[in-house]
Amino acid sequence: MFSRAERKGLRLAGGLTLGFVLCFAGVAAAVLLGHAESGDGGPLLDPYLVRVARFTLWQAALSTLLSVALAIPVARALARQRRFFGRVWLLRLAVVPLGLPALVAALGIVEIWGRQGIVNDLLHLAGLDNPVSVYGLAGILIAHVFFNLPLAARLMLAALDRIAPEHWLTAANLGMRGPALFRLVEWPAIRRVAPGIAGLVFMLCATSFTIVLTLGGGPAATTIEVAIYQALRFDFDPPRAVLLAALQILMTAALLGLIALIGRPDEEGATAGRPIRRFDGRHRRLSDGAILFLFAAFTGAPLIATLTAGLSADLGRLALDPLLHRALATSLAIAFASASLCLLLALPVVMTPRLADRGGTDATTRFLARALPATGSLILLVPPIIIATGWFLILRHFGDTTRHAPAIVAIINALMALPFVVRVLEPAFRTHLARTGRLALSLGVTGANRLLRIDLPALRKPLAMAFAFAMALSLGDLGAIAIFGADGFVTLPWLLFSRMASYRTADAAGIALLLGFLCLLLTLPSASAEPETKGRGNA
Amino acid sequence: MRNIILPTIAIFAALFSPPANAAEKTLTIYTYESFVADWGPGPEVAAAFEKTCACKIEWVGLADGVELVTRLKLEGESTKADIVLGLDTNLIAEAKATGLFAPHRLSPEGLTVPGGFSDDTFLPYDYSHFAVVYDSQTLKDPPKSMKELVEGDPAEKIVIEDPRTSTPGLGLLLWMKAIYGDEAGAAWSRLKDRVLTVTPGWSEAYGLFTRGEAPMVLSYTTSPAYHVIAEGTGRYKAAAFAEGHYIQIEVAGMTRTARDTDLARAFLTFMTGPDFQSIIPETNWMMPAAATHEPLPAAFEALVKPEKTFLMAPEDVAANRKAWIDEWLAAMSAK
Repeated sequence: MFSRAERKGLRLAGGLTLGFVLCFAGVAAAVLLGHAESGDGGPLLDPYLVRVARFTLWQAALSTLLSVALAIPVARALARQRRFFGRVWLLRLAVVPLGLPALVAALGIVEIWGRQGIVNDLLHLAGLDNPVSVYGLAGILIAHVFFNLPLAARLMLAALDRIAPEHWLTAANLGMRGPALFRLVEWPAIRRVAPGIAGLVFMLCATSFTIVLTLGGGPAATTIEVAIYQALRFDFDPPRAVLLAALQILMTAALLGLIALIGRPDEEGATAGRPIRRFDGRHRRLSDGAILFLFAAFTGAPLIATLTAGLSADLGRLALDPLLHRALATSLAIAFASASLCLLLALPVVMTPRLADRGGTDATTRFLARALPATGSLILLVPPIIIATGWFLILRHFGDTTRHAPAIVAIINALMALPFVVRVLEPAFRTHLARTGRLALSLGVTGANRLLRIDLPALRKPLAMAFAFAMALSLGDLGAIAIFGADGFVTLPWLLFSRMASYRTADAAGIALLLGFLCLLLTLPSASAEPETKGRGNA
Repeated sequence: MRNIILPTIAIFAALFSPPANAAEKTLTIYTYESFVADWGPGPEVAAAFEKTCACKIEWVGLADGVELVTRLKLEGESTKADIVLGLDTNLIAEAKATGLFAPHRLSPEGLTVPGGFSDDTFLPYDYSHFAVVYDSQTLKDPPKSMKELVEGDPAEKIVIEDPRTSTPGLGLLLWMKAIYGDEAGAAWSRLKDRVLTVTPGWSEAYGLFTRGEAPMVLSYTTSPAYHVIAEGTGRYKAAAFAEGHYIQIEVAGMTRTARDTDLARAFLTFMTGPDFQSIIPETNWMMPAAATHEPLPAAFEALVKPEKTFLMAPEDVAANRKAWIDEWLAAMSAK
């Protein structure tokens, strides 16, 4: 499906990308490993850490199971009901939690599920006197599902939307209903993306820090990420932090390997590119409506609580605050740069492995086809604080570290967004290639021509969605800035935390509102690229 | 693709643009972020000091005191800091161990820090006691001692901070240790049922508290002053504990590598003087460490003034921290 020159180009791009990602993270880790100071940290695997590791995996596995399992009915309902008021907004919801700092989201969840939250108020009205406590495993699971259910549903919906529209027509002609339709048409599409989604959600939950501590109820709920932070900050034992991160990667990689065994790539169906029409939507309107209402209430309520808290801030004064303007400009510039870089890195990660689709390739290609997706996922497990600290140590030999901070933060954000972007682009590209690859090759449309005239236009929608995800993630990120933090380099989350740390909770809520609003804006391009609204097919 | 690459390069180039040129003598001060924020003491302090010295203060604002020490360890002798302002007494031993600080050789008079803190390297600039802050609208009968807090009704919850990741968390750990000694583990086991949750930092805990999730939070005796002065509400109060309160003293010191030691020393002298001290209460929301020009605002006079102050020697804290945190973990993680 690729010309000889394309194969060469893709191998080169894949090699460069792999080299860049591994070097950027590896160099930082190596520098920290060499920065042994006290070395009195004791053995790495003490009983405390074993307990922490066990809890990390346990809560992440439960969170993943819940998020992915609940996403299936939501994605099916969304795929069936293609026209209803607010559908576009429901889809956009998936991006907003990504752009909110974990602390903001945690407080939003508490507004709903906390001791003084709406749920307990309702239970009280119903005659239950003892408040239900969210603090503990329940709180962690609720928060993780809040973050990841919309993401998983959105990715699954994209998979369902890639099913050739002819299949729905045929299925309707054959009189297929519910279970048969699910088993024969929907499930194969979901099964193909489910391992990737589950892997992503698992990694996000395994590295959760603020949510786990704040809603966990006590130190019995501690993740390895907390231990890494503790090792690097309070105990200042950089090598231990790196070893803990390595442990986190090994453990998760082993589990992701298991998950990957479940999935199996399917054959792609050809399509003439007709608009999707679902013939089974009408009978399911009531049950789908109920599912989507619950979904909207579950993900929407904490967001609305967060946003209304923001409305009570003195928004007029905030809007005129020059510091806020600077933070906004810095945040947007960094988010844009990091999302652009992320897409540049993601394209080879997505495209190069396809070289190995039909055997007979050389060892280099087979290596890249395995190493690129693995690296593109597992990078999420390298704590940004480790990369940032490592690069700080390197850059201080090259003059003022503050000058380099924006670039380092942007690159770290790009790497952290890579797994999301790959999850969005990979299945879309696979389908696209199956549908157009042979034709393009036989017509001699190759190289840059093919990329610009065939690939990018057809992938416009997933690209816009990936870009929105990457920008939102970067907007809400605080992690990497802390170590560089200096006068003059202020981002929105940084400003939010600093207001919060000096009693200015209303201001902080106002900034959170701004972040949420920005994330919604980001989704506008990807929504306008919806093929249905333009009445066009997606090929 | 090109339409993405070009703006990206442009943005990176813009981000790399060189910083403004420094004029005359500069004094670089590393501190925590909220000190240099618009509403913090930083801008006023800089203006007041620059009037006396024909120099310019350059602030570097880091996340918190712990981050300050980390940053110094990372930078070593190449640090640009002339002054490091914002460590607390628990970080002193670690900071000294870096070997980067120089003795201040000053003997300021009229320091008013309870417990009589004195150190050859670090000078105090403000302090506050840790305290349980409660919501007087929902908690009518606040605990009057640590004993009452530990043994009180488990249905009335408190939010505390994690000693593994935050200074207030460590403060409470030391406070309990100072009161209960070898019985601290047992006391934590009793208190555990009252603890709603343990947050990574002060902001999360205080956020939960002001949202009404718990009627009590571990904070500072000075916290109510902010609510009175800035928000005009006397709703949040600090509970006075009969056993006494653990103190957090914020200190500053000059580095061995300071470019102009006279200037650095001049700043430390200025720091304990009334010009600096008068700025502290209503910008940093802490008690001044020395005399101010005017008497303190009424809201500060009304704060809890502990009769007994606990403070452990920095070396003892450094030597025992890990063991005490392990004791805390064991008590708090038990089912």
